[in-house]
Amino acid sequence: MVHVPEALHAVVLVSAALLATAVVLTRNTLRQILVNGVYGLMLVILFVVLQAPDVALSMLVVTTIAYPLIVLAAIARTRSGKLTDEQEQE
Amino acid sequence: MTRARIRAIFAVPVLAALGVFLFWGFAGVPDFGGFHGRYGTIINHRATPERHTTNAVTAVVFDYRGVDTLGEEFILFAAVVGVVLLLRKGDEGEPPTAPVRSEQVRLVGAVMVGVAFLIGLWVIAFGFVTPGGGFQGGVVVAGALLLVFLTAGYRPWQRLAKERALDPLEGLGVGSFVAIGLAGLIASGPFLHNFIGSGRTGTLASGGTMPLLNWATALEVAAANVVLYAEFLEHYVAPIFAKEPR
Repeated sequence: MVHVPEALHAVVLVSAALLATAVVLTRNTLRQILVNGVYGLMLVILFVVLQAPDVALSMLVVTTIAYPLIVLAAIARTRSGKLTDEQEQE
Repeated sequence: MTRARIRAIFAVPVLAALGVFLFWGFAGVPDFGGFHGRYGTIINHRATPERHTTNAVTAVVFDYRGVDTLGEEFILFAAVVGVVLLLRKGDEGEPPTAPVRSEQVRLVGAVMVGVAFLIGLWVIAFGFVTPGGGFQGGVVVAGALLLVFLTAGYRPWQRLAKERALDPLEGLGVGSFVAIGLAGLIASGPFLHNFIGSGRTGTLASGGTMPLLNWATALEVAAANVVLYAEFLEHYVAPIFAKEPR
């Protein structure tokens, strides 16, 4: 069993909490998807640090592939054609 | 009384109660790293000697609790069938062209299609030796195919994600899981019983029926995800490209 220092636990847990808050505070939905992806990656690191690599892999594929695509498709639909910020400001 | 005031009167006690319950709940949580579950310890000790697999998680998913995984496969299958029933309308005429304009995106994407596909296959193939498995690898493979849409555009993607090929593949994935289960029933008694020899620990030829169930799951998950993406892209994203000037 690999020994993981407690400081690393603390750093990763605090980072996850901060990024989770950042997801909530991001108001632009497109940016929110990106921030959510970063938050998901931090959870992946958390699972690796807690020595659960299988869960980390599952989290990785859900948070970076499956979830963003479905949310992006839904946003694309509701905005009816506005894909970027530039177009939104027009 | 204003609306904001009424809201505050309701919200404050509810939030306070929620806070109290949360605090109460957290106060009773075991210490960090404290684990008293017996099942995990037993599996960790018995999986490798009994099933010759070095990944205890896969041993649980595809062997000890294989029936649960079968149920999960059907949840995914039913969900995708539901999406297809709601969204698929048959031939919608000429697909829109959507050229990807950024050269950098095209270059990185073109390299990543192959890399991601290979990583996906690797995660599947070694799922019962190292961390990974059919579910994770299947989604990575589907993601690699999705990169074709992001780098090459909508038409190449549509040629790749053909309903006529994907629907049978998805069914084949779920079907072969059940077939392997029935084979166990015929060969040695219980449904999904691991009836093939366990092989050499730590190699791809180990784990008995686990690799087979693993690949069946991978096929189902990859095909289901590609079908899902194809339907979403066709109905939500393609109409946007159709509006853009060609």
